[in-house]
Amino acid sequence: MLKHRACAVLAARRNFVAPGIVLAALLFTPLICSQTRPPDLPDRQAGGQASPPKSPTPTSLGLDGWGHPITPFAKDRKVGPAPPHDISGIWDPPGMSGNQVLGAAAAPEDGKPEHQLPYTPLGLEQLKRTKPTNGTRMVQPADTNDPVFEYGDPQGFPREDLYELRTTQILQTPQSVVLLYQFGKIWRVLWTDGREVPKDPEPRWFGYSVGKWVDDHTLVVQTSGMDERTWIDRAGRPHSADLRVEERFHRLDRDHLELTVTIDDPKMYTRPWVALDRLVFELQPPGFDIRETIWAPSEFGEYNKLIGNTPSDKDSH
Amino acid sequence: MRNKLAAISLATVFVLAVSVPLFAHHGYVQYDTDKKVTLKGTVTRWLWSNPHCLLQFDVTDDGGHAVHWIAESENPSTLSRIGWTEKSLKPGDQITLTALPVKSGNPVGRIVEVVLSNGEKLPGRVDPAHEVKSEVSPKP
Repeated sequence: MLKHRACAVLAARRNFVAPGIVLAALLFTPLICSQTRPPDLPDRQAGGQASPPKSPTPTSLGLDGWGHPITPFAKDRKVGPAPPHDISGIWDPPGMSGNQVLGAAAAPEDGKPEHQLPYTPLGLEQLKRTKPTNGTRMVQPADTNDPVFEYGDPQGFPREDLYELRTTQILQTPQSVVLLYQFGKIWRVLWTDGREVPKDPEPRWFGYSVGKWVDDHTLVVQTSGMDERTWIDRAGRPHSADLRVEERFHRLDRDHLELTVTIDDPKMYTRPWVALDRLVFELQPPGFDIRETIWAPSEFGEYNKLIGNTPSDKDSH
Repeated sequence: MRNKLAAISLATVFVLAVSVPLFAHHGYVQYDTDKKVTLKGTVTRWLWSNPHCLLQFDVTDDGGHAVHWIAESENPSTLSRIGWTEKSLKPGDQITLTALPVKSGNPVGRIVEVVLSNGEKLPGRVDPAHEVKSEVSPKP
C-alpha cells in the first residue's frame, strides 16, 4: 500500500496532470523529519532518581528475519581470549546503549557543565547556526535546519558513530577493515594497507579512513576529509574541513569490543574531545541476522500522517 | 490554457509543499509518563515499519461509538528481539492494551503491553528513565 502511494506521488509530480492527487499526496508526505526527546530526561537520570526498567518482561524469544530465535547474550558465558589483530564479527551495543539522541554519548548536550565543549569563537558562532531538535538548544521540528531532515542528506561520519549506533558487522580483508552499520544500511572501509589519509582530498560524507594496529588488540583509525555540510552529532555540533576523528577499537576479550571516538578540529574546538568513551559491544553468533533499519521517506510519511505531528500539534509546549 | 493550469497547479503545489507540517518523530515528550491507560479494542491495522511500529485499533466508548486509537512502539529491529513479528497482530484481533497516553488527551499512546485474546503478552519497550507511576481510567 505504501509502495502504491509512493508511486502515485512520483507519477503525478512528473506529469503535473493530476494536481489534486499531488496535493493530497503532499499533505501526507513529510518534507523534514526529526526526533526529539524529552528535555528532562538527563535531569531525571542525574538527579539520582534512576527508575528501574518498567518494560514488561518478554514472554518469548524474538525471531530474526529468517525465523531463527534471537538468543540473548549470556552474561555468564565463558569468555575466551581476544584473537590478535582481529575485530571481525557481529557486534551489538547492549540495551540500545549506542542510541545517542542528545548528541555524542560522552558529551551530550544536556546543559551540564562537564559536557560543555571547548568551542573556539568560530565554533561557537557555527554552533549557534545549527538548529537541532534535540538537546538544550532544541527547536520545533518546523524550525530545524538539520541537513538530514531538511534535505535528506546522509548523516555522514562521525555522526554514524554518534547517533543510532546499533548492531555493526565488521569484516576484515588483508587490506582493510569494513564496517557494516545497521542504521541506514551504511558501510565504511577502513584501510589497513599502510596508506596515509590523503592531503586536501575531495570532501566525502564519510571521509577517508586509515587504520593501524597499535598492539595485538587495538586498531586505531584516523578519518579526515569529511564534508562540511554534515553535523558531528544529533545535537548540531559543528565541524570544519580540518576535522580529524580518531576511532580506537579495542578488543577486550573474545566477546567484547570497546570503541572510543575522539574529535579534533582546531578551527572549532580549542582541544580534542572525547565523543564516545569506551562503548562496549557484545559479540553475537556468527549467523546473527542484522535487520534493516532504514528511515524510508514513504514510511516516514505514514508515521507523520498517523502520529508524528498529531500529539505535538496539540501539546502546549 | 493548459499551460496556465499547469503553472497554477505547480505554484499551488509549491506553496502547500513548504507549508506542510514538518515531520515530528518524538521520543516521550508528548506522552504523560506519569499515567497509563488500559484499553480493550479491536485491531484495525498493524504497521511494522520505521521509525516506529504503529498499532491502530478501535475502542468502543460508553455511548457505543468506536474511537480510533493509535499506539506506537519501537522499530521492528528492537521489537523483534522481544518477541514481536510482522504477524504479531492483524485486523480483527481482540486485544487489551496498556499505554502511556499523550498529554493532549488525543486517542494516541505509547505501548507498554499488549495482551492477545489467547493470553499471550507482547511487551512494549518503555524507556527505563520513564517510570509509569499510576493507572488511570481509560480516556477513549
